[in-house]
Amino acid sequence: MQLRLIKDKIISKLMLVFTLASVSLVIIIGVGLYYRSLPVLNNSSWGQLLSSSVWKPMKGLFGFYPFIMGTLWVTAISIIIALPLCLLTSFYLSEYAHTRVKRILIPFVNLLSGIPPVIFGVWGVLFIVPLVQNHIAPHFVEYSTGYSVLAGGLVLAVMIFPLIVSIVNEVLNTIPQELKDASLALGATKWETIKKVTIRKALPGIVAATVLAISRAFGETIAVLMVCGNNAIVPHSVFDTGYPLPALIANNYGEMMSIPLYDSALMFAALLLFIIILLFNVISRIILNRLERNLAG
Amino acid sequence: MTSTPHISVQNLNVHIANQHILKDISINIPNKKVTSIIGPSGCGKTTLLKSFNRLLDNTPDVKITGKVLVDGEDIYDPNAEITHIRKKMGLLSQRPYPLPMSIYDNVAYGPRIHGNPKKAELDELVETQLKATGLWNEVKDRLKAPASKLSIGQQQRLCLARGLAVEPEIILGDESTSALDPTSTHIIEDLFIELKEKYSIVLVTHILRQARRVSDYIIFVYMGKIIEFGPTEEVLLNPKQELTKEYVKGFIS
Amino acid sequence: MIKRKLEELFIKILMILATILVVGSFFLIVGTIFSKGLPYMTWDMITKIPGGGFYIGKEGGVLNAIIGSLYVAGGATVSGLIISIPVAIFINMYLSGKNFITDVLRTVFDVLFGIPSIVYGAFGFLIMVYFGLRASLLGGIIAVTLLVIPLLVRTLDEVIRTVPGELRDAALSLGSTRWETAKVVLRQIRPGIFTAILLSFGRGIGDVASVLFTAGFSDNIPTSLHEPAATLPLAIFFQLGSPVEEVQGRAYASALILTIVVLIITVLSEILIKKFSKHKI
Repeated sequence: MQLRLIKDKIISKLMLVFTLASVSLVIIIGVGLYYRSLPVLNNSSWGQLLSSSVWKPMKGLFGFYPFIMGTLWVTAISIIIALPLCLLTSFYLSEYAHTRVKRILIPFVNLLSGIPPVIFGVWGVLFIVPLVQNHIAPHFVEYSTGYSVLAGGLVLAVMIFPLIVSIVNEVLNTIPQELKDASLALGATKWETIKKVTIRKALPGIVAATVLAISRAFGETIAVLMVCGNNAIVPHSVFDTGYPLPALIANNYGEMMSIPLYDSALMFAALLLFIIILLFNVISRIILNRLERNLAG
Repeated sequence: MTSTPHISVQNLNVHIANQHILKDISINIPNKKVTSIIGPSGCGKTTLLKSFNRLLDNTPDVKITGKVLVDGEDIYDPNAEITHIRKKMGLLSQRPYPLPMSIYDNVAYGPRIHGNPKKAELDELVETQLKATGLWNEVKDRLKAPASKLSIGQQQRLCLARGLAVEPEIILGDESTSALDPTSTHIIEDLFIELKEKYSIVLVTHILRQARRVSDYIIFVYMGKIIEFGPTEEVLLNPKQELTKEYVKGFIS
Repeated sequence: MIKRKLEELFIKILMILATILVVGSFFLIVGTIFSKGLPYMTWDMITKIPGGGFYIGKEGGVLNAIIGSLYVAGGATVSGLIISIPVAIFINMYLSGKNFITDVLRTVFDVLFGIPSIVYGAFGFLIMVYFGLRASLLGGIIAVTLLVIPLLVRTLDEVIRTVPGELRDAALSLGSTRWETAKVVLRQIRPGIFTAILLSFGRGIGDVASVLFTAGFSDNIPTSLHEPAATLPLAIFFQLGSPVEEVQGRAYASALILTIVVLIITVLSEILIKKFSKHKI
């Protein structure tokens, strides 16, 4: 009798420890990365690190500006491509498509989300890079190898399709049919209803999905690394090569212990990613949680 | 009420998310009788019932003050042993919720967690309880089958057998027949009448005829307050309070 | 009036085109991987380890990476479950009623889920440096475990929340302790646990950024936790850059194997999720 109660107490304490340990991972990761970035931070200030374009690890010069710009370029391109396509798809699936069509199509969106990043990378090398090199770039520039921020953005766009479509779809499903019916009953077409009623109602959800997609694109590593060209130069056009932050970390881990401060600089890059993505995630989750609660209450 | 009360509620107040659900409830539940709690939906009947075995503890933002004495022991005392309290009371909820295991294991679940019975003892106990709920002849050949394979009515009787197997003193029923067909309802009602020989029974119901059929006493709850409490015939046929009169006549629902 | 009708038609066509593009991209990817990988798929590919060095050797297959992937994803899923089942149970059974705390905890796991795998890889590397470990199977398992914990907790949490409160009340009413009640709930959600395992395994087997620093790479099948291990994504990533055609072929074949494995896992988990939601009471 007493034994089971003691067992329950012990197990509850153990579970508490497990929960605290895994939750505090957020803090431990941040502190750990910060601690390992200290050598490079002692060497130069945050401002210098973020704004300098000089990347000469052998001389101890670490300017992250080109990498930050590389990340911003590919992320921006991917969102610009993916967002309109995904919104149109979500509206089609939730407002126009027949239930049967929906039941066939949505599983493929889920399947797409299951494909590992490295496969997207291989596909990028085999399909997107030649596409950019042979069919897109020749219309705009004299020569491109195809390895470019555009290729990175395109691959990333496809990677974030399922994320945006599934969240926006879920948000659209929560909008009461009565609301849409009210608009339709006034003689509005379906599109007018979407434009004037549905979008307005779904806006917070769309924003949250976009912010999540941005943070996903921001942190994606391997697929981007394989198609971006990886030159530490600030890109000026979509056909220039770029070198996003995650790719920098992944590409140089091999030598990071052999050059002084290099490991610290790479950990600083990881810290930057961590902070930015943490912020984006917290914002979008707060929006989504609030949406969920409004619905429940 | 000649015998000592089995459950004695003293100045019980329950707030859930800043709503005052139960207002200053004081009541004595008689021993070895069937007591029905009636009242319109949302009046706090189920909350009152759940306060008897501290199932309210799992409700978000709940605040409970006052005392509930079971056999003279305050169950809301911080030192009270909660599993011991709950063992004293079997609960039969609105819909049957068989545990995800076999018919046999459902009945044996309670005895197993509370002790270390031998196989032969368990076999006998399972048989006794399944017989007590009239289920034995229907299931004796498939005791190892999952409980979810039974019909809803059979599942509800299994849940009753499961509750009886831990040897409770009190049975709490929360609209226990509302999901059942008429035949199963009849069987369960008869069981309640039979079981009051050995147990104190508290039922929540919104069917007045059922309350009349099975109960000895009736508590009428309205807007979180006890309006009237007394023997069944008195409350239903000769209510003292205006509100009770209106409810019994069907003006409030 | 005509203008409104035209606008409606135009936007509808646009929507259909967008949908075709979004859904079609899946077939484009799978088609590309199949057409490139199939010619290199031989029996040797899945039964032999690479011969003559992974970057230049023309012989053999990618058995080392297949086994390594199973070890890493399997090990991480098992250790992830050991941590996440108690966490999910704790949030749902022990903290029930404490809405603010559970909201905060759930948000933290959502946020952890969003942290990119390269950060988990970098952090895993820090742990290894701290404990003086070298790139090894163990290092890979640690990094991937960290990566899958948020996924597992979120999935299990969602599954446990589908269990009706009345079932929990029923077990509690029989005098069960919270832990005994939790065991009943765990029985009830067995298919859900299996779904979580599949999702975690799928994530673990496909991820490369987390194992890049931590697992190392080897042409051999690891025989202990302290030996370096290859995984399929690593095999793809490294061998794709080789100038030797046969080695590149191994990368394509690995990509095909990985794609098939992941697709099977995704389909299975989709079916399970559907089944599971049907059995909800």
